[in-house]
Amino acid sequence: MTAFILRRLLQSLGVLIAVALIAFLMFRFVGDPVNQMVGIDTPQAEVARLRQELGLNDPILVQIARFIANAARFEFGISYQFRLPVTQLLAERAPATLELALVSAIFSLAVGIPMGVYTALRRDSALAKAFQAVSLIGVSLPTFLIGILLIYLFAVTLGWLPSFGRGQVVRLGSGWSTGLLTVSGLKALILPSITLGLFQMTLIMRLVRAEMLEVLRTDYIKFARARGLKTRAIHFGHALKNTLVPVITIAGLQLGSIIAFAIITETVFQWPGMGLLFLKAVQSVDIPIMAAYLMMIGFLFVVINLVVDLLYALVDPRLRATIGSA
Amino acid sequence: MSSIDTPAAAPVRTSRLRRILDSDIYASFRSSRVTMAAAFIVAAMMLAALFAPLLATMNPFDPAQVFLMNASLPPSWLANGDAQFIIGTDDQGRDLYSAILYGLRVSLAVGFAGVALAATLGIGLGLIAGYFGGRIDAIIMRIADIQLTFPAILIALLVDGVVHALLKGTSREDTAFWVLALSIGLSFWVQYARTIRGSTLVERNKDYVQAARLVGLPAPLIMIRHVLPNVIGPVLVILTINLGLAIITEATLSFLGVGLPPTQPSLGTLINIGNQYLFSGDWWIVAFPGTTLAVLVLAVNLLGDWLRDALNPRLR
Repeated sequence: MTAFILRRLLQSLGVLIAVALIAFLMFRFVGDPVNQMVGIDTPQAEVARLRQELGLNDPILVQIARFIANAARFEFGISYQFRLPVTQLLAERAPATLELALVSAIFSLAVGIPMGVYTALRRDSALAKAFQAVSLIGVSLPTFLIGILLIYLFAVTLGWLPSFGRGQVVRLGSGWSTGLLTVSGLKALILPSITLGLFQMTLIMRLVRAEMLEVLRTDYIKFARARGLKTRAIHFGHALKNTLVPVITIAGLQLGSIIAFAIITETVFQWPGMGLLFLKAVQSVDIPIMAAYLMMIGFLFVVINLVVDLLYALVDPRLRATIGSA
Repeated sequence: MSSIDTPAAAPVRTSRLRRILDSDIYASFRSSRVTMAAAFIVAAMMLAALFAPLLATMNPFDPAQVFLMNASLPPSWLANGDAQFIIGTDDQGRDLYSAILYGLRVSLAVGFAGVALAATLGIGLGLIAGYFGGRIDAIIMRIADIQLTFPAILIALLVDGVVHALLKGTSREDTAFWVLALSIGLSFWVQYARTIRGSTLVERNKDYVQAARLVGLPAPLIMIRHVLPNVIGPVLVILTINLGLAIITEATLSFLGVGLPPTQPSLGTLINIGNQYLFSGDWWIVAFPGTTLAVLVLAVNLLGDWLRDALNPRLR
């Protein structure tokens, strides 16, 4: 077990170093960092001094090591377009993205699981077939189209909900601004989180349905029926409980993609989060922000994957046995 | 499999068309109405895209035919509509119907180019990894693993940003198409590589490969002429499903403003333009391109789902 954890940790570290290398190559060779910082009329001596100061004349391995060391301390330099530290820019926008991701994850679980259970238990009912059709459309419709559709329906035509921004936010402590405590903040969250969560919701619904159908065929469910347990107890006490393990795994793994897909949702709703910042960076080739965002998402994915793998090994004794022998 | 679907062995030589019509796949195709409808829609849209110049009422990119005074006209059946523009015009006075035909053309072209690139790259790397094994295999598959942890859209955005930065000085108009195809190609190759590598690992130890090696054929020739035909089967399904994803990715990038510019709009660009006019009530500029995109992707996905089930012998 210890060997497995160690190997898995080393693997994660390897992935992170590879991602850092890509980020470094982007930072160093895509567009000259010095040229981005100085004006046209800056004297040549000043450019050379800056180049020396930034360490761009050092051997490449030294530069890589410095970049990784800085990245480990969350230092990614100055944004070309905002002239502010990238870390500060990302930290300011992190709460918006994280709240959006959290709410849409909750939405996708709270709606997806019941829909999946229903379509599995009443497979031939009209409502179940409607859910299935909706899920197919949910997978096929691009995120931004769903967002536009929702905006047109609920913001433009009905005028019930705001179509952009976070509404009123409250500052908690030094760094965290939350929209969860004001009415306008909560209202502003509804459309973006549905847009962002819809794809995950259909995924979870299909998964729960498939797992549920599988479990209902197993012997212990037949045995429970034979013992004369109530249908409700069988469905929810026995069947659902056993379908939830893979569902939670997938939901955990999807958390990373929710944050990545937030780029699209944040653009549609002009949500002031990290995704919108990243997109603006791509549009204006602001490499420090791009590199930092890449590193951050990479770190997030690696941590999530690592945690899920380790939890699996802890929960599933069969897996533990094969790892132990290997 | 069964003796029925091997007419090649029969004494009477049957035509290729006959063999297709007699196959299980065709039977399963005929038995599913949804699939037939989806195939019809995809075929119709491809033809419409191919013959866009003939079907369109005007060339939306010819400045001599576009007049700003026709801008933002509603569909012809509404008040203020103009019979000349069936489903209205966009913000620059371009006929929306014609713009959608040309946009469909661009979207499908980028989709096909991106998928072709992804497939070529993935199949090539998969063959190399599976055939040679060892360190080459380890390196290629490790890269694939790392890439698989990131969503394709993020990779596509990064590639797009980096390539445009490297191409600084060239105008976006000239390069946008190929940059998009490249970013789609680089974000979707992993699946092909994994599939091909898996089957190549099995094939490379078979007698015919050993024989080819003994005869002294060079490795690239063995891979392409002997191994490839035996491992290419499953790729067909990935291709179809990927086409839907590629079209969505292109539309998303263009919608986000990093894809095709408004001067050569794809469906995504048209939706992006329309989205800016949603609040002034000009819903048609976004509604018609949006519906076209949604129907196209849905039809392609339905075809892909059907193909996966039809080719999967376990489900028969």
